[in-house]
Amino acid sequence: MHTSDFKILLPDIPNIHQIEVYEKNNGYNALRKALNMSPDDVISEVKKSGLRGRGGAAFPTGLKWSFMPKSNDKPKYLCANGDEGEPGTFKDRQIFEFNPHMFIEGSLIAAYAMGVQTIYVYIRGEYKKWIDLLQKAIDDAYSRNYIGKSILGTGFSTDMYIHRGAGAYICGEESSLMNSIEGERGYPRVKPPFPAQFGLWGNPTNVNNIETLSCVPAIINNGGDWFSKIGVPTHPGTILFGVSGHVKNPGVFELPTGVLITDLIYKYAGGVIGDKKIKAVIPGGSSVPWLRGDELEGIKMDLDSLRAAGSAIGTGGVIVMNEDTDILKVLKRISRFYHHESCGQCTPCREGTGWMEKILDRFIRGEGTLKDIDLLLDVANNIEGNTICALGDAAAWPVQSVIKKFRDEFERRARKEPLPKKTISPPHLVNI
Amino acid sequence: MFNDENLKKLEELKKRYPTNKALTLPALWLAQEQFGWISEDIMRYIADLINVPYNHVYSVASFYTMYNKKPVGKYHIQICTNISCQLMGSENIIQYLCKKLEINLGNTTSDGKFTLSEVECLGACGGAPAMQINDEYYEKLSPEKIDKILLNLK
Repeated sequence: MHTSDFKILLPDIPNIHQIEVYEKNNGYNALRKALNMSPDDVISEVKKSGLRGRGGAAFPTGLKWSFMPKSNDKPKYLCANGDEGEPGTFKDRQIFEFNPHMFIEGSLIAAYAMGVQTIYVYIRGEYKKWIDLLQKAIDDAYSRNYIGKSILGTGFSTDMYIHRGAGAYICGEESSLMNSIEGERGYPRVKPPFPAQFGLWGNPTNVNNIETLSCVPAIINNGGDWFSKIGVPTHPGTILFGVSGHVKNPGVFELPTGVLITDLIYKYAGGVIGDKKIKAVIPGGSSVPWLRGDELEGIKMDLDSLRAAGSAIGTGGVIVMNEDTDILKVLKRISRFYHHESCGQCTPCREGTGWMEKILDRFIRGEGTLKDIDLLLDVANNIEGNTICALGDAAAWPVQSVIKKFRDEFERRARKEPLPKKTISPPHLVNI
Repeated sequence: MFNDENLKKLEELKKRYPTNKALTLPALWLAQEQFGWISEDIMRYIADLINVPYNHVYSVASFYTMYNKKPVGKYHIQICTNISCQLMGSENIIQYLCKKLEINLGNTTSDGKFTLSEVECLGACGGAPAMQINDEYYEKLSPEKIDKILLNLK
């Protein structure tokens, strides 16, 4: 059993972002170890670890790596996804700032396991500061031959380049990210073919989240079995949970999967500002279905528990809303976001996100009707599942869940009744 | 039109990608760093420089919101109003800045010093409400904090 101060990704070691300090703390030894293993053995170890992607879909990482063809007749690519655009998510920038070499080392091990010659790190354009910090770390790693030609004398060579995004949320979607690297508009591609068959410039490509790749050195150093025993067996490891919104101590907390959502909010994030009650929580970034304050007790932060609760782990970005929150206003803001960020390829998403925003705006202006509630739900239902990529679903899920869980608020607005002060919070936890 | 430094940077960038087209985003970044915004002339210049059609450069520049398609002030203030920032009062931050600078969102002060924009999630949710001025992040904003920040911008 690992205690809550157990850290893999953001250890409490001063200046671990410096290559000398990282090396002194066992840094790049996992790379050395991996380079002495066969690529297949590295992939088996990652499979054994049970590591799942931290970007939102929680797909098994080792399995994803194994989809890459073994042959080397075409160049192969690894894209590290640091687009970090999901509202409520601010974790990858912690890695770039405080432990960039663990990410670099993990990427290099991944590149070796898949026979990749070029790694592109896609980072959102706004993160100029963190791009510069990572570039410094990459330069240092090049200078010590951890990256580049014949790494550590093994004959394995790979390069690592940062590709700066330019303000498009959609580029966090893996196929859109690849188009963006190719110099195109960030349009998602129809799948199949999947990136492992037809990725960057038509070549085999694997896309992994920054946090996912950062878990790899610890897995190689300690073994897949060791990692698989951290947290919840079906979704093991630690996760960088970001807690924001109406909490006293917002921030990123590295904790084993399976931590109680109430512990995350009250114990780690210090509880709600002004000791108010919680009306709603978004547990995994703006795309996932909402939870009501009174259903939080007992919910754990892992793939299966959140799925059972009708939501999703997503990026682990927890957004807390207090009892005074005008949730329709928040939902409208979310809908406006998806409308703004829709790439415009698929009609249901391009038009539907705009319609949802307009209908919600009617409610905010006090002009929404009871019929509008069903119209809104109908629009959401017709976006979900009918688009090339998951942005459509991501736009529909919050709307569907808020109508389901807070229908009374829509109805009161439609009837122009005053909104009741909601006091729905986990009853025993308010004063922790 | 690119200065020597940017021409050198572009040559380095060419080694990173198997196609010229992939240089579109990096070249637009270099242009924005040098000129502050992306004009039609710049897009035509980039198209010639990396040997891609002008309409491709235009199509890409218009898709990505961070490329300024019109001139911005010396300091581009970008306020996040997405969920966490909204919950923590980004509306007040916008009101305060509009009043203080006497401009509306999307506009530039008459002296060309400040441009005010609203942006989508900056990834600073733990420091909400947050804003970005040029490349710099400012978090946990309050009117007093904003006063101090602006005082330091000459």
